[in-house]
Amino acid sequence: MTPLLEARGLSYAYTGGAPAVRNVSLEVPPASMIAIIGANGSGKSTFLRMLAGLYRPAAGEVLLDGRPFATVPPRLRAREIAYMPQTAAAAFPFPALDVVLSGRTPHLPRFHLEGARDREIGMEALEAAGAAHLAARPVTALSAGERQMVALARALAQQPRLLLLDEPSSALDLKHRAGIMRALARLRAARGLSIVMITHDLQLTGSLFDRILALRGGETAACGRPDEVLRSELLADVYGEPNVRAQRMGDQTLVWIEA
Amino acid sequence: MKSTPAPAPLGRRLAVSLSILAAFLLASVAIALVTGRQRVDFSAILSDPFSRALFFRLRLPRVLMGVLIGASLSLSGAALQALFRNPLADPFTLGVSGGGALGASAALALGWSAHFFGVPILFLAGFGGALAAVVLVRVIARTGAVMLPGALLLSGVVVNLISAAAVLTIQYVADPNSALRILRWMIGSLDVVGLTPIWQMLAVLAPAWIALIALSRDLHLIAIDDETAATLGVDVRRVETAVHLLSALIVGVTVAMGGAIGFVGLIVPHAVRLMFGEDLRIVLPGSLLLGGAFLVLADALARTVLPSGELPVGAITGLLGGPAFLWLLRRRQRYALI
Repeated sequence: MTPLLEARGLSYAYTGGAPAVRNVSLEVPPASMIAIIGANGSGKSTFLRMLAGLYRPAAGEVLLDGRPFATVPPRLRAREIAYMPQTAAAAFPFPALDVVLSGRTPHLPRFHLEGARDREIGMEALEAAGAAHLAARPVTALSAGERQMVALARALAQQPRLLLLDEPSSALDLKHRAGIMRALARLRAARGLSIVMITHDLQLTGSLFDRILALRGGETAACGRPDEVLRSELLADVYGEPNVRAQRMGDQTLVWIEA
Repeated sequence: MKSTPAPAPLGRRLAVSLSILAAFLLASVAIALVTGRQRVDFSAILSDPFSRALFFRLRLPRVLMGVLIGASLSLSGAALQALFRNPLADPFTLGVSGGGALGASAALALGWSAHFFGVPILFLAGFGGALAAVVLVRVIARTGAVMLPGALLLSGVVVNLISAAAVLTIQYVADPNSALRILRWMIGSLDVVGLTPIWQMLAVLAPAWIALIALSRDLHLIAIDDETAATLGVDVRRVETAVHLLSALIVGVTVAMGGAIGFVGLIVPHAVRLMFGEDLRIVLPGSLLLGGAFLVLADALARTVLPSGELPVGAITGLLGGPAFLWLLRRRQRYALI
C-alpha cells in the first residue's frame, strides 16, 4: 500500500548555517500516529516544515500519495495536509471562529465566501479542540494555550487526511492536553486521520503512537515502535542526559529522570 | 471577560457594510460639491459660464481628486497592514509616500512633464520612487526570516526623512515655479484644474484597485498568520511582490498628483475595522469607499475652516491622523505580539 506521505532522505540547511536536517526518512501510512522526539535544536521543526511544504528540501523528496510534492498544486496539497505551527501568531484581533474558518480556504474557490456548512464544520472543529467557548473571542486576547486550541481547530477545519502538529499541547494544562489527545485518537478511528506530532511528552508517546522518530543533531537516531525507541540508553543518547530512565509497564512506558 | 455573539455570515456582513459605506461616500461627495467659499449656483450651471467653469473646472475635479486619492491611500494602507502584519503600517509610515514624492519632485525639477506611451512621466517617477522606498524598507527591516515590527516602522521613518531632505534639496536648487509645486507636495493638497488629470489617474488607479482587492482573501489569510497561509495554498512570495508593486503604483501616482497626504491610509482601515470587523475581504473594499469619503470631507473642511484662504488638506489629515496613530500605538500594547 502506498503511504499517505513519504519523506525520502530529506536534508535542509538554513542560509549560512550548518545542516539542520541530514538524510531523514519517514513513511506515514494512512490512519497512523507518529511522534517526533529529540532535544531542542535537533531539527524536528525543520523536518516537519519540509513535510508541510514550507521548506524545500536541499536533498531528498517528499511524496504525497506517491506523487512528488512539486507536482501537487498547493491548494490540493492543502486539502490533504494541515500544519499547525508551534506558536500561533496574532497581530490583529480576529475572532477565533474567523481564524478557524481560514482552514476552509483550500475547499473554496477564490471568490467564494465561507457558507453555513463551513461555519458548521468550523464550530465542530472548535468543539473537537475543546475551544467552542472561544469562538467569538479575539485571538489577541487568548492565552498561549487557548491559541493552541484555536490553531488545532483551524487545522481540523481543513479536514485533511494528515495533520502535522508542532508541539500542539506545549502550553496546555493536563486536562486540555488529555482532551486533545483523545480528540485526535477519535478522529483517527472515525476518519482515518493520520497524525505526525512533535512532542516532548514522552509519557504520551508510549501508548498512543504507532511509531516514534527520534532525531539527534539533525539525523535519525532511531525510528520504530514505542517499545523499541523508548529505552533508557537511547533516550539518554538522544537528549544528552545520562540519567533518563524508561520502563515499560503493560502498554505504557514510564519515563523519568533519576535524581 | 465579555462574550460577544459569533459574527454574522460573511456574505451578509459584506453586503451591509459596503452598502453603508457606498451611501456614505455618495453623501460626502454631495456635501463637498456644495461646500466652498464660492457658492455654486446649481440652477445657473447650464446658462452661466462662470458657474459652469467654477463647477466643472474647479469644484468637481477637486472633489473627485479627493475621492481618488483618499480611496487609493486607504486601500493600500489596509493592504500593507495585512501584508506586514502590522496595524501601524501605512503608505506614510512605511516611507512609500515619501519615496513617491521624491520621485515626482525629481521628475518635475528635471522638467520631465511629457508623456511616455501616453502615461505622464510624473506618474512613472512617483511609482519608481514609491517602489524603491517599499523595497528598501522591506530589505532593511528583514533580518533572515524574521520581520521585526519595530524595525519596519523605523526604516519607514528613516526613508521618509531621507526623502524629505532630498525633496528639500531639489526644491532649493529648482527654479521658483517648480519649487512652488514641490512645496505643495510636501504638505499635500488637492488643487487641480479640469477633469483631464482625473481621467488619467483613474485609468491607472482603477485596474490597480481591482487587482489589489482581488488579493483580499490571500491578504486575509496572511494577516491571520503568514506561515499558516502558506500551508493553506497561498503563494505568499507572489502576493508580497504583487502588493508591493500595486501599492507602489497606487501611492506613487496619487502622491505625484496630490502630494504626501499623511495618515489617511492608517486611520481609515482602522475605522473600517472598528465598524465592520477584521475580515480583510471587508476591510479592503471598505477602506476604498471610506477613504474616498474621508478625504473629501477633510478637504471640504480645509477649504472652509479659515475665515479667508484655505488650509492644505494634508494639514487636516495630519492633525487628525497623528493623535489617532498615538492612540493606536497605545492600544497596540495590549495586542500580544509573538
